[in-house]
Amino acid sequence: MISSLITSFVVGGLFCVIGQILMDAFKLTPAHTLSTLVVFGSILDGFGLYEPLIDFAGAGATIPITSFGNSLTHGALAEAEKHGLIGVITGMFEVTSSGISAAIIFGVIGAFIFQKRNTTY
Amino acid sequence: MEQKQFDKLVERQTPKPVLFVNILKAFLVGGTICTIGQLITFFYIRFFSFTERTAANPTVATMVFIVMILTGTGLYKKISQFGGAGSAVPVTGFGNAVISAAIEHKSEGYVLGIGGNIFKLAGSVIVFGVLSAFFVALIKTILVKIGVVSW
Repeated sequence: MISSLITSFVVGGLFCVIGQILMDAFKLTPAHTLSTLVVFGSILDGFGLYEPLIDFAGAGATIPITSFGNSLTHGALAEAEKHGLIGVITGMFEVTSSGISAAIIFGVIGAFIFQKRNTTY
Repeated sequence: MEQKQFDKLVERQTPKPVLFVNILKAFLVGGTICTIGQLITFFYIRFFSFTERTAANPTVATMVFIVMILTGTGLYKKISQFGGAGSAVPVTGFGNAVISAAIEHKSEGYVLGIGGNIFKLAGSVIVFGVLSAFFVALIKTILVKIGVVSW
């Protein structure tokens, strides 16, 4: 248990280091950085490399935004395996529903509860 | 001329130490967030019938819920000022972008304000995630069909 906490700390931290390098060294905005990382995660899954990383690092691989690109690609590929080319479109949100649905639900609830302040973002 | 030389000198001198400190901060903050995520994953595996792989979904939802409170109280802003990419790259940064946009635009009404602007900051992630997933899956499916690679 302790060892998987350490691997998730190190792997998750390394994803953030890549993001920080993109932001500082390549002067990308946060939106560009996150989009790049999502594309990166989706390409990794295309080569079948992201699932082994999840097995190794657990939350260190599922919490960074790269895992969003991975699960989109993963759902599309799983559905394409069953139903052919059309599955690429129909399967896309099969695996990764929770991040978006949770963000929408808690976003609206949060907007109900909390008042605007100049420090939210 | 002297000012230009000075600017060049400043540009050449400053980035390296700042970059290193920022990277260290990002590593620590991002690693800590992922470790908290791993603890929540353990919780879901131990007390609910999730496996190592399926526990990622409830973990993400739980972390977004925590971020809702941190964003509403303004704490996440402080974390992200310290952590930089360390707080933006984990899914908590995605949640923070969505939730803060919702709170920010509440005054413009529920449909046009919240509904229209909720993905203002985080929309690019979804758009390019879906686009790249489409092309990656399309290319791989075609490659499998013509027998170059296997699933």
